[in-house]
Amino acid sequence: MSRRSRFVRSQRMTIVNGMLAFVVIVAVLQLWLLTASVNAYLGGDDTIVLPAALASLACFGLNAGLLRYLYRLE
Amino acid sequence: MTRLTADSLADSERPVASPDGRAADDQPKWRRDFPIDSGQDDYVSRRELVKFMVLTSGAFVAGQVWLLVKSVFEGSAAAPPAMAIASVDELPVGGAKTFEFPAGSPPRLLVRTGPASFVAYDQQCTHLLCPVVPAFEQNRLHCPCHNGWFDLATGQPVAGPPRRPLPRVTLELRGGTVYATGVELGES
Repeated sequence: MSRRSRFVRSQRMTIVNGMLAFVVIVAVLQLWLLTASVNAYLGGDDTIVLPAALASLACFGLNAGLLRYLYRLE
Repeated sequence: MTRLTADSLADSERPVASPDGRAADDQPKWRRDFPIDSGQDDYVSRRELVKFMVLTSGAFVAGQVWLLVKSVFEGSAAAPPAMAIASVDELPVGGAKTFEFPAGSPPRLLVRTGPASFVAYDQQCTHLLCPVVPAFEQNRLHCPCHNGWFDLATGQPVAGPPRRPLPRVTLELRGGTVYATGVELGES
C-alpha cells in the first residue's frame, strides 16, 4: 500500500521553493569560500585551507540533509 | 488540525488520473519523474534543481579537498637542489636574466643590484600573473599590465593593484657563480 504525503502539493511546493533558495545561498557561500581559499593558497598562506575545507564540508552536510528531508516529504 | 481528504482538496490539488488508472504512487518511476500534471511537473523540476545544487555543493567540497591534499603534499616535498643560474660576469649591474628554478617552474627573474649583490623573484606579478620587468633606476620592479610596482630589494608591493609580495628565490654566490637555493613565499 502506498504511503500518502503529509502535505498537499501547494505546501510541498512552498517547502521546496524555500529549500531551493537556502541551498543556492549556501552553494554561493561555498563558491566564495573556495575562491578565497585558492587566492590565499596561491599567496602562500595554506593555514586557511583546512578550516575552509571543514566549513565547506559542513555546508554540504547541511544541503544533503535538506535534500534527504525533501525526499522524505514525499 | 484539519484532516485532508479527497473531498477537501482544491481542484488544483487533485491528482490528474494516469492513463492506466492506477494511483500516482503506484506509477513506474519514469512516469513519476515526468508527470502529466503540470503542477506536479513544476514540483519535480524544482526538486531536481535542488538535487543539482546539492551536487554542485559536493563539487565545491571536492575542490576544497583537492586544495587540502595539494597543500599537504607540497608542504612535505623536499626542497629542490641548488642550481647554477648565472655567472657573476654574465650580468652588468642593473642587468637582469630570466631562469627556471627548479626546471619547469614558472619563470623567475634575476637582477644584479650591485657588484656583488643579486636578487631574484618570481617573474609573475601577484595581481594577474603578468611578467614583471626591472625598473632599476627607480629601485623597483614594474608590472606594465596594470601599473603595479614592487620594491626591488624586498619584493614587497609598493603601488598599484598587487597586494602580495613576489615570491623570493634565495641565492648564494659560490666562486663567481650565482646559485638558486630555494623559494620563499611571501606573507599575504
